[in-house]
Amino acid sequence: MTQAVARQVRKVLVGDHAVAEAVRLARVQVISAYPITPQTLIVERISEMISKGELKADFIRVESEFAALATVYGAAAGGARAFTATSSHGLFYMYEMLWWAAASRLPLVMAVVTRVVGPPWNIHNEHSDLLAIRDSGWVIGMAQNVQEVFDMTLTAFRISEDERVLLPVAVGLDGFILSHTAEPLDVPSQEDVDSFLPPRNPRIPYVVEPNGEAITMGNLPKDDVYHAILKELMDESMENAKKVIAEVYGEYGKLTGRNYGPLTECYRCGDAKYIVISMGAWTGDILNAVNRLRNEGYPVGVLRIRYLRPFPDEEISSWINGVKGVLVFDRDYSAGYGGVLAGEIMGLVPHNVSFKGVIAGVGGFDVSVDEFAELIRDFIDKTERDGPMRVRKSWYIPRR
Amino acid sequence: MVTMTELHRYGRTKFIMPGTAACPGCPLQVGMRQLAMALDGKMVMVIPAGCSSVIPGTAPNTAYTWPTLHVPFASSPAVASGLVRALRQRGVDGPVVVWAGDGGTADIGFATLSGAAYRNDDVLYIMADNEAYMNTGIQASGTTPWMAWTTTSPSGKTEERKEVDLIMLMHKIPYVATASIAFPMDFIDKVRRAVSIRGFKFIHLHTPCPPGWKMDDSYTIRAARLAVETGAWILWEYNQGRLTISPPSIPYKDKSRRRPLEEYLKIQGRFAHLKPEDVKAMEERIDKQWDLILKLAEIFK
Repeated sequence: MTQAVARQVRKVLVGDHAVAEAVRLARVQVISAYPITPQTLIVERISEMISKGELKADFIRVESEFAALATVYGAAAGGARAFTATSSHGLFYMYEMLWWAAASRLPLVMAVVTRVVGPPWNIHNEHSDLLAIRDSGWVIGMAQNVQEVFDMTLTAFRISEDERVLLPVAVGLDGFILSHTAEPLDVPSQEDVDSFLPPRNPRIPYVVEPNGEAITMGNLPKDDVYHAILKELMDESMENAKKVIAEVYGEYGKLTGRNYGPLTECYRCGDAKYIVISMGAWTGDILNAVNRLRNEGYPVGVLRIRYLRPFPDEEISSWINGVKGVLVFDRDYSAGYGGVLAGEIMGLVPHNVSFKGVIAGVGGFDVSVDEFAELIRDFIDKTERDGPMRVRKSWYIPRR
Repeated sequence: MVTMTELHRYGRTKFIMPGTAACPGCPLQVGMRQLAMALDGKMVMVIPAGCSSVIPGTAPNTAYTWPTLHVPFASSPAVASGLVRALRQRGVDGPVVVWAGDGGTADIGFATLSGAAYRNDDVLYIMADNEAYMNTGIQASGTTPWMAWTTTSPSGKTEERKEVDLIMLMHKIPYVATASIAFPMDFIDKVRRAVSIRGFKFIHLHTPCPPGWKMDDSYTIRAARLAVETGAWILWEYNQGRLTISPPSIPYKDKSRRRPLEEYLKIQGRFAHLKPEDVKAMEERIDKQWDLILKLAEIFK
């Protein structure tokens, strides 16, 4: 355990307010957002901070999420540190700008409070919204608790603004489960945050300003491979992001005493013969289920995905090396395919290793520790009895 | 008022570098050069999808001599909002200009335009109106005039033209004006007055397009001038509470001094199918428009 050097204050905050607290300490200059449940507490709290003078920033009240992302994109191009937040339908309304912002290589941070996408209208938690942006060029993280929501938001600015990355970062947090639930967390002082996160250099990667250099961004490329080269460079940045995320959390760990994965975290994995993989807040319930199964003698551990992009393939491969089975829980559904995580992870699992993808919690229904324990126990028992299975997709829907 | 002597100073200034991808007789080049003269080339520009995102050539090169962001079709006013707030936060002053076509302004970009205007963000918005989606091959837009031929209105557009400038007036922004590339002194004066005001400024610039209007490449300025002289395009200016008819349009308050509308229509292939009664109906629309603008001038005295 690293000795923390930062003077931290223990606070009790809901996840949305933890995001706002990180934005304040990051000294963000331009914030723009359109309200959508369950993201609203973020923009309300930030507006309040600005109105009270706790944060010297511009909050731009826009007419839509499309405009929100366009606005912070413009702000980033003008050299400011910028932030936005959204959820579900709002995120989808931004879709065109997501790609534009990423390929423009401007640093940006956005909180995505995960929520079901309709119809029917449903404000509950699901990960399908966040996962649907995974091809757009954003670094995508997903927090497990309110402390991590805060830490992930603050570190996102360092990652996004790093010259080796220069990609926007999305910080995912489970709607209501984290956004509206108060938990204690440790918050470092402004002074310590300032030393960790210096002001943004407006000239990296470029700035457009009156009387500035006559640069052009976004017009037609000069030849037919220009676009492909840009994508290749983005891919390189994603690979760099793996290193940068590790470095940033290394430094952050020294400052705060909180040491993360960096891209993944594995719990009770050292001697595990079975690995359960998941992402987000419900991993807490899975950990409880696994603790119970350990007491029953099942050699099982939990691998939590902290960053889905860049995809932590090496980390996942090293954790599942030599195990007998891998069980993936998806709180999302890619229509016509199955669970997104299961689909991405299956390719890393050797054919002689048992594999199963379970789609659960879609639409926001709660999955209890008991239910997780039952599903995991069933997978292990069947594998032990019948040998390896290969189930890419299975539905868990309790008929209550 | 800008003087001819001053404009002559810019005679050889290449605000737009040669070798652009513009069509012969392109009105956007004319208008953008006039804009650059007005601001001495000192601005930062946001351009949504359209002719003007193709004209400057291929990245990383550009024919425009000021920093430019090319952005998605619907986003330019919002991008400009964020850009100007960032610059002011950083203590950087100077004009942020959106240069957009009629589609990006009146149609797909209308929500972001309305949002930026409602927030009164410190942006100069120039809507270069060539009255159709020209870059994609002449499809009808919200400002394509009634009865005009386009590829999506092959027998003449059945809808009325959207009065974007008047809609902007109702956003209670400090400055709204119409302009024409055929009257550069008037346009330049308007740009300079606009940038001297903090807040959202909207200038609706009339830019006749030879291929889109099916006319000879050499007719660009002639068409723009005839639009004003026939009364079909009225130059006016709303400046912080006061609406006035601009000098080039003042004679045409008097209907008898207007040139016959046919002179303007007959040089354009897009109106070739018009019947005499259509022309008459169009004249009636022009009279009504004059009535409306003159009444607004009375109200905003």
